[in-house]
Amino acid sequence: MLGGLLDFHFMQNAYLAGTLVALLAGGAGYFVVLRGQSFAAHMLSQVGFPGAAAAVLLGFSPVLGLVAFCVAAALAIAWMGRDVEAGSRVESAAVGTILAFSLGLGLLFYHLYVGSAHGMFALLFGSVLGIGDRDVALTFAVVVASAAALAWAGRPLVFASVDPDVAEARGVPVRTLSAGFLLVLALAVAVTVQIVGTLLVFALLVAPGATALQLTARPLLGLAVSVALALAVTWLGLALAYFSDYPIGFLITSLAFGLYALVRASRAVRSWA
Amino acid sequence: MSPGSSAVALDRAAVRLDGRDVWRDATLQVGQGEFVAVLGPNGAGKSTLLKALLGLVPLSAGKAEVFGRPVRRGNPEIGYLPQRRRFDPDLRIRAADLVRLGLDGASWGVPTPSVAKRSRVADMIALVGASAYAQRAIGELSGGEQQRILIAQALVGGARMLLLDEPLDSLDLNNQQAISELIRGVCRAEGVTVLLVAHDVNPILPFIDRVVYVAGGHVLCGHPEEVIRTDTLTRLYGAPVEVLRTTDGRLVVVGLYEPVSHHADGH
Ligand SMILES: Nc1ncnc2c1ncn2[C@@H]1O[C@H](COP(=O)(O)OP(=O)(O)OP(=O)(O)O)[C@@H](O)[C@H]1O
Ligand SMILES: [Mg+2]
Repeated sequence: MLGGLLDFHFMQNAYLAGTLVALLAGGAGYFVVLRGQSFAAHMLSQVGFPGAAAAVLLGFSPVLGLVAFCVAAALAIAWMGRDVEAGSRVESAAVGTILAFSLGLGLLFYHLYVGSAHGMFALLFGSVLGIGDRDVALTFAVVVASAAALAWAGRPLVFASVDPDVAEARGVPVRTLSAGFLLVLALAVAVTVQIVGTLLVFALLVAPGATALQLTARPLLGLAVSVALALAVTWLGLALAYFSDYPIGFLITSLAFGLYALVRASRAVRSWA
Repeated sequence: MSPGSSAVALDRAAVRLDGRDVWRDATLQVGQGEFVAVLGPNGAGKSTLLKALLGLVPLSAGKAEVFGRPVRRGNPEIGYLPQRRRFDPDLRIRAADLVRLGLDGASWGVPTPSVAKRSRVADMIALVGASAYAQRAIGELSGGEQQRILIAQALVGGARMLLLDEPLDSLDLNNQQAISELIRGVCRAEGVTVLLVAHDVNPILPFIDRVVYVAGGHVLCGHPEEVIRTDTLTRLYGAPVEVLRTTDGRLVVVGLYEPVSHHADGH
């Protein structure tokens, strides 16, 4: 049945890039959900759209605009939420206003843009089957760097996420970590958006982590489950897209949502029974 | 007591928040291994005092030393239990993992498995009598169960000083007694200095070596027999309080009318 799946170079690249993105999104996503920052992650993945549109309009490479806008948005939330806990009301409100403004900017740039709409479509929904070797190399570099940073800072980050008062008293630089996490997230989102699109990054960034946290309350196991689920839905989604002709974005988001819904339903049934 | 041997030494210390002195001119010393009750009305600055000793709130004047050295953030010699609401019911991390964070949560680097650390965590959980629910998610536990876990977290790092902000809050009468005795036991057995903020002093009354009271912008220090008296406490709280002696010789503190604000606000 798997015959032919990896025969073509574009499919090999799609699997490579997809695997890298899933590794990072699954890992970072665990922290996103644990910290209650799903909305911030949503905003960061959307901000890529006006960023890339602005860059294209000004004649730069889209990835530059992606990185610039994502990093600027991450710094803005980090600053506006500097005195409050991650995932707080103040942070959500700040995220919401930045998100609205950036989508407005995206609309403006789209309005000013005279080229074809295809590039914009790819930004929203990804162009996973058109990934070049250079994209894979760039993704690889960012994923390795981000994953290393997360692994190194993971334990204090968990501490700061679940128990910020005690963590701070024990010398964990809670605010710096908070800003640092948003920054890593922004970079990761920026490079992956150009491959899988805004919508897919977000699905991979939240659904696997949310599912993992429903399944287990052990931090290391939860992280591993989150990464494994992200990998599984990506691989399966790519294979289904190759054999079925349905859009990859639809397949991966459906798989991710289906798993989450299943786990929620089974937990609800268990606590009810 | 010579200054060098004291666990806490404040010298004309003051804390200013939002342009207002919370307290000032605080001078006091706490000896090593002492069990200290920190008393005072809501909003007087008890929590601020603990935060100042942790280096979380800067002094606007004066000096503060812990074990003979200036206060600094992240001092591993101090175990801290902040005053708090409950954890979010949907916080998905096991109680045992939270205790473990008290041991090595502040260290950078990839965690490696350690049998010694695991058994240290298990011992502390057993010590506070929380083994039955330590594998459950912290958010699912009752307020009193969470409080025991947090005490284990404060103890697990082998601290020489415990700063406990209302640790008896949300415990039932039996557990208030049991936890107070537990803290006292650790304090005695390992020479740990304890500063414990409480609104209800009765459960800790038998153990108190010293009382720090915070009121009206001042921080004062005294022996229990000087402070735990009808006239002193009444002045301190600005409300009638009576200290009674039971037939078996124990002291009991009763508020003649219970201030409504006591446990309702917490923060
Ligand atoms: N971050 C802050 N900024 C400004 N004022 C603050 C801050 N934190 C505390 N305060 C003020 O400092 C005073 C002392 O607060 P603190 O929390 O230390 O009181 P407390 O004695 O612990 O009270 P409670 O018994 O209610 O816990 C209060 O008036 C409070 O409003
Ligand atoms: Mg307080």
